[in-house]
Amino acid sequence: METAEQSDAQLVARCRAGEPDAWNAFVERFSRYVYAICSRGFRLGREDAEDVFQEVFARAYEKLAELRSDDAVLPWLAQLTRRLCIDRLRMLTRHASDATEPDEHAADEELRSLDDAIAVRAALDAMGDPCRDLLDRFFCRDESYRTIGEALNLPAGTIASRISRCLAKIRADLMEGAGGSARLEE
Amino acid sequence: MKDYDSEQIGRLLRLLPPAPQAWVQAAQELPAARAALDELVARAERDAAFRQELEADLERALADAGYQGSPSVVSRLHRLQESVEEAELG
Repeated sequence: METAEQSDAQLVARCRAGEPDAWNAFVERFSRYVYAICSRGFRLGREDAEDVFQEVFARAYEKLAELRSDDAVLPWLAQLTRRLCIDRLRMLTRHASDATEPDEHAADEELRSLDDAIAVRAALDAMGDPCRDLLDRFFCRDESYRTIGEALNLPAGTIASRISRCLAKIRADLMEGAGGSARLEE
Repeated sequence: MKDYDSEQIGRLLRLLPPAPQAWVQAAQELPAARAALDELVARAERDAAFRQELEADLERALADAGYQGSPSVVSRLHRLQESVEEAELG
């Protein structure tokens, strides 16, 4: 089974068993989420976001064995990241002359959007390539039709139509709650 | 599951750009970094001369111990070292 097809619980179990590459896959899987909480949810500056990002994974590595339910790793990481972001903001405001408390409410609103984004991302990962690669390049990496076309050796016009078809497929998968089965027909 | 239209799906995908590759790599190196650090600390506790070397030049001590960390991991170890020194002084 490919790592992308494994559930969060399966991946956590592999990390706990010390399997080679499991930790790399764990970081790869959750890095976008942790990064988004730091940078979008709490709007930390780059250096602070990097510190919190590393601290989250350091603590996750230390505490993974204590996780009560392997299925709950995502909310556990979200809570850990949230707490460390707030700690960091409080530390920053202690040193600032115009100190204000972190706006936890606004951050929580953003975090709810990120939960929806995670569900969509999971459906995209389950679809696999070429849709995953195509939509990731366009929406997540902000690549133009031209750049994507050059990378995939396809005309720019074809990229637009494939993106549209992939979006239709991911929407259908989300509605079915099935994920995983759809493949972009060549 | 909510019924997202294509525009909403695109907007949600944009919320999760990839983390900087160097950050991801540094987090992936954590187990190796921790093992190297544990080894360095244990050796520093046994060997006063080595402890001085470590305090004088962390990168060199890491290299001599056979660990080639990424810049961000080395930077993290530096900060850890500084916090230990501050705790010892304080």
